[in-house]
Amino acid sequence: MIELAATKAPHIDWAGISSLLALFAGSVVVLLVGLLRARFARHTLVPALTIVAFAASIGLAIWQWDEDKSLMSGALALDPLALIGVVGIGVAGIAAVLLSIGATAPREAAHGEYHAMMLVAAAGAAMFVGAQNLITTFLGLELLSIPLYVLSATELHRRRSLESGLKYLIVGSVGSATLLYGFALIFGATGELDYSAIANAVSTQGLGDDPLMLGGVAMVVVGLAFKASVAPFHQWTPDVYEGAPTPVTAFMATATKVAALIAFLRLFDVALIGTSNAWGPALAALASIAMIVGNVGALGQSSMKRLLAFSSVAQAGYMLVGVVVGTQLGVQATVFYVLTYVVMTVAAFAVIEAAERETGHDGVSALAGLGRRKPLHAVALTLSMLGLAGVPATVGFVAKLRIVQSAADGGYTWLAIVLVVGSMISFVYYLRVVAQLWSDAPAGAEVAPRTQAVEVERPEAVATTTVAAEAGTPKVAVAGAGTVVVAGATQLPMTVLAVVAGAAIVVLGVVPGPLMTVVEDVARAVPGLF
Amino acid sequence: MLHLSILLWLPAAFGLLGLLVPSRSARWVGLLGAVLALALSIVFVLDFDAGGAQYQHVTDTTWISALGVRYQLAVTGLNVWLVLLTTVGFAFSMAWISFTELGTHERAKHVVLHLGIAQSAVLGALLAQDLILFVAFFDLMLIPFFFITAQFGNGDRVPATIKMIVYTLVGSLLMLVAAIAVGVLATPSGQSVSYNLAEIAARGVPKGSQGWLFACFAAAFLVKMPAFPIHGWLADGYKAMPLPILAVFSGVLSKVAIYGFLQIALPLLPQGTADLRWVVLILAVLSILYASSLALTTFNARLVLAYSSVAQLGFITLGVMSLRPDGASGALLQSVNHGVAVFGAFLAVAILSKRTGGSEDLRDMGGAATKAPIFAVLFVVVTYAVLAMPGTANFVGEFLILRGAWEGTAPGLAIVASLGVALAAVYALRLFIRGSHNRVGPTVEPREGTRPELALLAVPVILIVALAFHPQQTVDAADDATARSVLPAAARVGESHVEKILRSDPELARLTPPAAFSSKAAPAAAAVTPAAEPATSGSASQSDPATDPNTGQQVPSSGGGAGTTVQVDPSTGQPVDPSTGQPVQTEGAGR
Repeated sequence: MIELAATKAPHIDWAGISSLLALFAGSVVVLLVGLLRARFARHTLVPALTIVAFAASIGLAIWQWDEDKSLMSGALALDPLALIGVVGIGVAGIAAVLLSIGATAPREAAHGEYHAMMLVAAAGAAMFVGAQNLITTFLGLELLSIPLYVLSATELHRRRSLESGLKYLIVGSVGSATLLYGFALIFGATGELDYSAIANAVSTQGLGDDPLMLGGVAMVVVGLAFKASVAPFHQWTPDVYEGAPTPVTAFMATATKVAALIAFLRLFDVALIGTSNAWGPALAALASIAMIVGNVGALGQSSMKRLLAFSSVAQAGYMLVGVVVGTQLGVQATVFYVLTYVVMTVAAFAVIEAAERETGHDGVSALAGLGRRKPLHAVALTLSMLGLAGVPATVGFVAKLRIVQSAADGGYTWLAIVLVVGSMISFVYYLRVVAQLWSDAPAGAEVAPRTQAVEVERPEAVATTTVAAEAGTPKVAVAGAGTVVVAGATQLPMTVLAVVAGAAIVVLGVVPGPLMTVVEDVARAVPGLF
Repeated sequence: MLHLSILLWLPAAFGLLGLLVPSRSARWVGLLGAVLALALSIVFVLDFDAGGAQYQHVTDTTWISALGVRYQLAVTGLNVWLVLLTTVGFAFSMAWISFTELGTHERAKHVVLHLGIAQSAVLGALLAQDLILFVAFFDLMLIPFFFITAQFGNGDRVPATIKMIVYTLVGSLLMLVAAIAVGVLATPSGQSVSYNLAEIAARGVPKGSQGWLFACFAAAFLVKMPAFPIHGWLADGYKAMPLPILAVFSGVLSKVAIYGFLQIALPLLPQGTADLRWVVLILAVLSILYASSLALTTFNARLVLAYSSVAQLGFITLGVMSLRPDGASGALLQSVNHGVAVFGAFLAVAILSKRTGGSEDLRDMGGAATKAPIFAVLFVVVTYAVLAMPGTANFVGEFLILRGAWEGTAPGLAIVASLGVALAAVYALRLFIRGSHNRVGPTVEPREGTRPELALLAVPVILIVALAFHPQQTVDAADDATARSVLPAAARVGESHVEKILRSDPELARLTPPAAFSSKAAPAAAAVTPAAEPATSGSASQSDPATDPNTGQQVPSSGGGAGTTVQVDPSTGQPVDPSTGQPVQTEGAGR
């Protein structure tokens, strides 16, 4: 194979990479359509085409489902693990596009660019989950990260957004650099770039305790932990989540999580499985720190996005458990969890985006009395919070069940106990949000305000004066530094998304069988495990 | 064919139905659902065959095949009366709500929906024969109470209810881990994981792990009751919850914890139970003493009842952990009795506090006996039940429990625990006297309870009287089942413990092997097994849970002349149900 690759270009299986190509092609088309002057093209056609691109990518991934091979001389894998990742990323992308309809960010960054960057990031994520080679892994990661740095800063008038983009850029670059250094060390120790060749070299040459190799593994752990926001490498998460525009935060929270966790699975449970004695305890320690730090950190948060940021740190800790145990059950558990996490998080962000448009801030107090004003939103957010907490009859319970089972089965029962202690803490903040939702609305909020001026820097400062705005085109006015006025923004996509995701949380919680059967297929991707 | 799923989901379905009607009539939909569930559960109780199969009305389908979790429901001797208690309690609560402001609230739909979900969850926890299903329902049943309290509670309700949830979840989530670990550890290599309770009991959990697993389960159940050092949520939670909801919460939900001990902790983890039972016993006795003394000193009427519940549950735990069939049957009987008495007691407190203009302070009450005679008469019956007056079924229950504790643990423990009986008389009478006799408080309106209130209060009174006349029915249904759940653990405590049990009741030897989970398999089929294998020597009592048949084997043969055993032997040959029912009654008469 290697000589062949040296002499002529490798065979390219176009069908195999079709789901990836759909995203890239979509980004080009969207970028061009965004240049048209017609309002219809920019405001309607661009999001529609973006959704089509995501949907096409999902469809092509499902079409390729039964395939089980590697593409382009082993650079990319075409197996259920990669494809399920593509599906998860596609779902996250569609949700993010729906959330962006009528939002400020795409208008400020121009619709074409905004959506094209989202598609490129998704393509990077899709590459990242399929990567079977250190080079493609890094390429995918950078392709995922760089558009996200930009997207975080798209609300140009808002200092927080710019700050978030810059912070993400600096911390993300440190993460990428660490990862790259780790890759270099692994390459130095094994002389190989392919995952399977690395695994082979580790087992045949007895590199399980080679200092160079272990140094590389340690740096890879740190680099990926930055990306997946696993404590103690999570410090950027709350600030970036809070500062970035909410649709971007939603995309970051879901698509990046899917990509990073699947990359974790593939890298550690395939390539580096021979050194599991070294990274097993380290990852277990990281997972426990993430669960505790994330859940305790979320306790004092009054901003919903910050709260979800800390909660995502904790959730990353739960998902890592499946990686740590290094069994097929563990892989299935992590994949199942990350998919359900997408659904639950999307429901939450849909409601937060809607509340943010209504009240101008994302504080927990923006949700007070939502149960009266918007029962559908309130129910969806309730289900999302209960699901993230892991209450039975939601899909979160089943997901947690799987993780705990894989931990008990893999001899990591103590980690399962840390997990439940963490989720016990998490109930405090999730339930506080739920209680706020169904509490009596504060006086004066009975009429849903359509227009408000709010100081974004101080999320708790809700303007109490409401001005009736004529329904119609959304408009943005800059009223002083850092103050946003969002008027008459559409709520329909948020409602639809919230209802669909909320229903999925319950339906999958009561009938988890079909999704679980699908997830069982990912075992094919990790044949070396028990 | 009666289907358990109908009973299970009926309340939740009506709760959802309540969303579709106008707010004002939601309560009637909820009440209809609760009454239908009550009727259905009465049918199940009447249909229950005390001497018949261990599992009746079995439902068994796959739920999550990848995890080996199945949707398995059955009526057993352990749960049949608790199911009835549950439906009675929720129907009572729903009826109570329908004439209070909760029922006429503009968001009454929420109350109806959440109570419906709660009822389905409690019924699910009671009926589940799959460990994970049990855990799921056990965790779920708390959430509706959070919603109701957070929306409609009193005072500083959100922190109080979050505290309550987090406290109870500490135990519940540890139990989740323990449940999964039990299933995984019990699975022999090469076989698929099963969480069926009978299957796990038959496979056996490795003895080395049973200690911490039992501790996790015990933590879940003890917090739920709650027991002494882990009762921190109790006072705040009870104060925040609306009274009609509190009645069912206190009367029904804590019993699921008792049921959990009998259904899960004891049979699945006999070794762990035997090793750690003294910890639980001492906590139970401490709970009795501590809670009784608090109930004596607090002036808040709700908290008197709250702490009296803690003391009562301490008693019940004592009965369960005596690891004797009589103690455990007494515990089940007492669970039903206490539930019924608590329904009445909370309603009485509500009526009293209405007289004082909303205050629940004992010092503000008084004078009900002269101004509200009908109420006072009903209240005194409830009081008698709470203090376990001889003549009530509560007395029978406490007697059985104390007897079990005397024989099964240490006489000293039973003596200390019986102090609690005396204290119960003091605090229950204090509540009654403060409410009905004493100097009339400054703000008391001298009026009788309203008609619906009195009619509703009459329901627990009638039930208390009925139970007083027929305590035997409950015990009959439970006898075989409790013996099945305590015997394996009793065996691990020591041979002498089992011998003592079998000496007092030689019948029980036939129950020791775990029966397969199916309604088809009559108990007789399982009972043949020990008789067929007398060759296994008595020394093997370490290796598998079915060993004590050996010890059991000798006793009936030596006591074969007792006459009662003769009636069993035909029943082991063929599944003739009345013949098995017969000896159970003679045993009851022996008490």
